[in-house]
Amino acid sequence: MISKLKDLFKYRQLIVTLVSRELKARYRGTVFGFFWSLINPLLLLAVYSIVFGIILPGSSGRVENKDITGINYSIFLFTGLLPWIWFNSSILESSNVLFIHGNLIKKIKFPIEVLPIMTVLTNMIHFMFGVPILLVFIIFFGKGVVITPWVFFFPVAVFVQFVFTMGLSFLVSALTVHFRDLKDILANLLTLWFFGTPIIYAFMTPAIQNHKAMVLALSLNPMTHIIEAYHYTFFFGSLPHWKKLPVTLIAGLIFFYIGYLIFDKLRDTFVEEV
Amino acid sequence: MYPVRAENIVKYYKKYANKHKFLTLKSAIVNKSLFSDLKSNEIFEALKGVSFKVKDGETLSIIGENGSGKSTLLKILAGISQPSSGNILTNGRISALIELGAGFHPEISGRENIFINGIILGLTKKKIQEKYNDIVHFAELEEFINNPVKTYSSGMYMRLGFSIAINVNPDILLIDEVLSVGDASFVPKCIDKINEFKRKGKTIIFVSHDLSTVERISDEVIWLKDGKIEMQGYPKRVTDAYLEYIGKRDEKKAGKKHKAEEMEAEKNREKRWGTKEIEISKVKMIDKNGNEKYIFEQNEPFTIEFNVNSKIEEKDFVFGIGIFNTEGIQCYGSNTLIEDFKSQSIKGKGKIRINISNINLVNGTYFFDLAVHKRDGYPFDYHHFQYTFKITSIYRDVGIARISHEWEFSKNIKIHKKSLPK
Repeated sequence: MISKLKDLFKYRQLIVTLVSRELKARYRGTVFGFFWSLINPLLLLAVYSIVFGIILPGSSGRVENKDITGINYSIFLFTGLLPWIWFNSSILESSNVLFIHGNLIKKIKFPIEVLPIMTVLTNMIHFMFGVPILLVFIIFFGKGVVITPWVFFFPVAVFVQFVFTMGLSFLVSALTVHFRDLKDILANLLTLWFFGTPIIYAFMTPAIQNHKAMVLALSLNPMTHIIEAYHYTFFFGSLPHWKKLPVTLIAGLIFFYIGYLIFDKLRDTFVEEV
Repeated sequence: MYPVRAENIVKYYKKYANKHKFLTLKSAIVNKSLFSDLKSNEIFEALKGVSFKVKDGETLSIIGENGSGKSTLLKILAGISQPSSGNILTNGRISALIELGAGFHPEISGRENIFINGIILGLTKKKIQEKYNDIVHFAELEEFINNPVKTYSSGMYMRLGFSIAINVNPDILLIDEVLSVGDASFVPKCIDKINEFKRKGKTIIFVSHDLSTVERISDEVIWLKDGKIEMQGYPKRVTDAYLEYIGKRDEKKAGKKHKAEEMEAEKNREKRWGTKEIEISKVKMIDKNGNEKYIFEQNEPFTIEFNVNSKIEEKDFVFGIGIFNTEGIQCYGSNTLIEDFKSQSIKGKGKIRINISNINLVNGTYFFDLAVHKRDGYPFDYHHFQYTFKITSIYRDVGIARISHEWEFSKNIKIHKKSLPK
């Protein structure tokens, strides 16, 4: 395992090249070009802000001494939505990435694990482009929400999310080769997962905290703690939970290990099955 | 010493049972067969223990029918797929021309694709920078290099792919059938480049159906048949044995195919026209022993035989034959009028034979037309391109007909005829 990860380091130039190719190619030929990576979350933001901020307001109220209504709700939403889109797109694209690049797998001696890594990294960069927008929102529109030094903690959350997403990405890309319908199942599963993660609501709202079963269910979801870490560093302006995040990292590493193990085990079948 | 050594390579593909294809993850979980489904229950052996060595600077060609395992073997040599058992030992940088331009991204420019493809093939950025001009120049794409690859023609695409792959500067070059798709002016350039490699003493493994190229460039030939080495050795000896085998196999196939073709012809009215007042039917080709056959040796006598049935009494009629090659060029045409026959009367059933004592056409596939019409061209029955036969020859001379000739050399020229392969 360790020696294989060292191999990956050898491919860093290949990975960098492929990621920049993906970024370049994705929006080439479109009118808005690179702005699409910003337009997508903004549109989602608009939809959720209207639905949960105006049409169905008031479920959140005050959490951790911050007001989560009106414009603050939009900021809160955006904080969770950005990393979620990274996670969501990475997993969905992973289910297809081996098929799209079947030519590389079948016709060239190619380190296949580079493909899921490329997918997750590409989407991570898209996410990174959204972060300055989030900061602008907080600074100019936040009512009582301010940037604190804890914001420098957010790369920790990015790292934990990267490890976890990577593990799932390996697993999903390898398994879809054998079970094509995993793609369709995934789309539905991720929608469910989205609502099972505190993005459109806060984990600390009384409505959830009063239900023991709900707290337990949400706590078992690694994405809960990852998104919460973003909430704390950006929105609440405080330290991410010092126990939950490391535990999530360990869970993420286990996922990474299992995901990579299965990927490696099935690797030789990709040439024939893709 | 040996840049490539294959030791007892076995490759089997797992064929999942038919039902597996319709199974999904959901049903796999429901039936609790997730893990058993991932295991295969049928095995197809593509390679059944192949061993060979290639010496430094040698060119080895691999020939064989489709499905004989050639491409599988090449993929294993290239490291794309793993052998099920056995060892591959290689020494030196390998470049495999299996599919040119695999990994090109259509939306981005040729220039960017050169860098990306180069890195995929294992070059560093610096190295590509050095070779960049050579690559573009060899591909003849100076004008188009900044356009997205999706705007390239398939020829341009292939040229760029070949140019990058060849500039990786490998010690061992693996070539699969890629040259068969190139445009006419580029293929000789590729062959030149391959020859240059040969002169530089690099090792080449070449997979092809093009036996004349195989004979020209290789030092040794392996004939793969059903995943095993059927024969290995001096190029001409192996290709001749292979051709003989193919010829025999085609003979059997052609017989079956012919019947199907005849039924097809019945339906196909465009290939047949005329009033059918006089009708041609039951066309067949027979050899001198009276056996129906479709493949003949170049100098073998044979007969075209057909029945005629005239529903009217007619005194103006001409029978004709035309022979065409696959390019549609008429190799020969004649009729009873040209040959000064004077028709008097035809009525009812009859039989006509055209005895050909020596057809003298070069080897290849031919079609023939049969017709019966009036002297002014009024058609009774015209069969166009309906029948095929094949001519085989020990010589692979080109053109249309073998013009009989003899070579004569003065004494000081030392040249002699090889004894024919048995």
